[in-house]
Amino acid sequence: MDINLNFIYGHLPYWLFIILMLSGLFIVVSRGNLIKKIVGLNIFQTSVFMFYISIGKMKGGTAPILLEKSANSSAVIYSNPLPHVLILTAIVVGIATTALGLALIIKIREEYDTVEEDDIQKMDQKDLKKYNKKNVLETNS
Amino acid sequence: MASEIKQGTLELVNHLPILQVITPMLLAPLLVVLNNKTLSWLLSFLGTLACLFISFLLIQAVSDGSIITYYLGGWVPPIGIEYRIDAANAILLFLISIISVIVLIFSYTSLHAEIPEEKHTLFYSCFLLCLTGLLGVVATADIFNVFVFLEISSLSTYVLVAQGAYLDRRALSASFNYLIMGTIGATFFVIGIGYIYMATGSLNMIDIAERVSQLGDNKTIQAGFAFIVVGMGLKLAMVPLHVWLPNAYTFAPTVVTCFLAATATKVALYVLIRFVFSVFNYEDSFVNELFFLLLMPLAVIAMIAASVIAIFKQNLKKLLAYSSLAQIGYMLLGLSLMSQKGLASSLVHMVNHGFTKAALFMSLGAFVLNTKNVYIKSLRGLGKSMPFTSAAFVIGGLSLIGVPGTAGFISKWLLLEAALETGYWLVAIFIIASSLFAVIYIWKIIEVLYFSESSDSYNEVSVLTLLPISILALFCIFLGINTSFTVDVANMATEILFK
Amino acid sequence: MKHHLILKVITKFMVGVIVLFGLYVQFHGDYSPGGGFQAGVIIAAAFILYGIVMGLENVQKVMPIWFAQKSAAVGVLLYALTGVFSIFFGFEFLNYYAISPEHPKHGQHYGIILVELGVGITVTFVMIAIYYSFAGRTPRLDDKEW
Repeated sequence: MDINLNFIYGHLPYWLFIILMLSGLFIVVSRGNLIKKIVGLNIFQTSVFMFYISIGKMKGGTAPILLEKSANSSAVIYSNPLPHVLILTAIVVGIATTALGLALIIKIREEYDTVEEDDIQKMDQKDLKKYNKKNVLETNS
Repeated sequence: MASEIKQGTLELVNHLPILQVITPMLLAPLLVVLNNKTLSWLLSFLGTLACLFISFLLIQAVSDGSIITYYLGGWVPPIGIEYRIDAANAILLFLISIISVIVLIFSYTSLHAEIPEEKHTLFYSCFLLCLTGLLGVVATADIFNVFVFLEISSLSTYVLVAQGAYLDRRALSASFNYLIMGTIGATFFVIGIGYIYMATGSLNMIDIAERVSQLGDNKTIQAGFAFIVVGMGLKLAMVPLHVWLPNAYTFAPTVVTCFLAATATKVALYVLIRFVFSVFNYEDSFVNELFFLLLMPLAVIAMIAASVIAIFKQNLKKLLAYSSLAQIGYMLLGLSLMSQKGLASSLVHMVNHGFTKAALFMSLGAFVLNTKNVYIKSLRGLGKSMPFTSAAFVIGGLSLIGVPGTAGFISKWLLLEAALETGYWLVAIFIIASSLFAVIYIWKIIEVLYFSESSDSYNEVSVLTLLPISILALFCIFLGINTSFTVDVANMATEILFK
Repeated sequence: MKHHLILKVITKFMVGVIVLFGLYVQFHGDYSPGGGFQAGVIIAAAFILYGIVMGLENVQKVMPIWFAQKSAAVGVLLYALTGVFSIFFGFEFLNYYAISPEHPKHGQHYGIILVELGVGITVTFVMIAIYYSFAGRTPRLDDKEW
């Protein structure tokens, strides 16, 4: 038992990132409820946001805003703003994905009257037999 | 950017790389503002035509091996975003642009049968956004920009696939599954980018390549590479990660299926190629082992298994979707050989398969316009009543198999040569076996088309529908006879990539 | 929530304040923390609050669905046209120096304001459009069911 506590504590953000990422991925894969899948996807994406922000952080670093020139502004330690900017874009992408996923779920619920993947698959199997006989383009009506 | 700012000096010609991407991007919101059905078709058609013209100029400019760079906002690379066009991405820009033009001609007649009229404007707007994303992924040399454009194209693709729900509600669950898998893929890709940024502190491909070669054997870079391979594997439907593809292709509207089958997976594969050669060190043993031990077996499994599954499918769209999986296997195989010839065959196959599969899906779409049914039984006797569409389908099918004189033959021959040259004769046998399976499933359709009688008789589709189909069929033959265009550009591209 | 007088009064008061704060964040975004994304979400929050408290029909009188959709597109156009503007004057896409070549710093300033305005407009109306498309589809709940 030679656990280096410093190794665990020193990389705390990364451990959190890994735990969040895996739990998010697990929810996406294991849950049959479509809403829960989207929630899992969100957790998964959020873990990546955390990861990016933690790599930009400097110990004792301030916000990267240009100070007055009178002070010794060049000597100030500041956090790297680039990962934050990148992740702002990724957050927007995440919002768009979530909104689209939820919109699809609403449509699925209107069509199938359920949000459980198993039920949808069962109904699809029934559809398959029906569509085999009918004309595809006319089933709309 | 220094302080001495003079009057702008750039001619319109210098702006080609950005004009390629922003032409559809400007039109997409414009269509929503104008909100007129016919006008939106016309504008998107003209826009894609402009894209085609620009990509043609670009491919001419880079076919001698030169590289065009463009700094967005005038910020010099490691800080700013750079667009970088060389032979490898010019050929893909050309493929995407020309397919979008052809698909839009087809959509003028076919979209009415599949999507209600009032949604057409938004459909075209989404289509243009998807086009923007695909072109942007290919044009940019900034790895985070790749992610952003990839998500622009993916998000609009999910919407486009879901439009099939007006005919078949299963399009919704297909689109949802695609969304889940695609987003997981994209997120893996972002994690990979994060690892690279952590290790190198840069996002520009050229800059990273320099720093990676200085770093040598670095665990962070390797982890980042693994994440990127998995993420792109999801996007390009590498075999164990392919489950979204068959349903998405089957239930999407025909126009969307044509466009996606011809471009989307190829763009993801291009990103993988670009990362292996222009960002990472392709001579690195880690990269080589990953490709030899993981991607090559997966590619072979894709070629064989997907072809076998395709034989048993009755739904023709699904059959062609599984055949797409097998063809993606060929492209991946060409890449995983890690030789100049293999990569060239992979690039040529991207273009050839783009035209081939678009021709197949489009002529199938024309059949469906008449018969209203995608099952194989419905094609009985259509060879007589729809001779031109059937002929186009046969040409596409022959090209898919790889019969001499068609586009598919060229790329399969190159791949076979590359496999034998590197000494993987077993792989060469698998390539031939997979082609034989393709003969079976294409013959199955041709038999129904020409050698069975039907009580129903249909008229040939209108000229406007036939025009894009015949253009694609002609391309299948033209690229099989005149190889100077594709093979030369691909050879130039591999030289640049292997530099 | 038709009968909650306190909520209605507070909302009417707060909507203006929220929009004002959103505009503050918007126009100070070029040289201090803030900008289009944040401002857009804040301004959209005002409309969504109004919609939740006063009912969807009432907020759609102020902000019809078609207006939200088209304005979102206009925002993107504003962003893209700022870039195209530079192309016409012989600079790179989105090179703000083109806006005022004699005073490069002013050019940067105006460019960022224009681009952030485009972002702000798009984010505001996209958020409102998302709210509309979700809120318009749920069965309306009675007050007793809350």
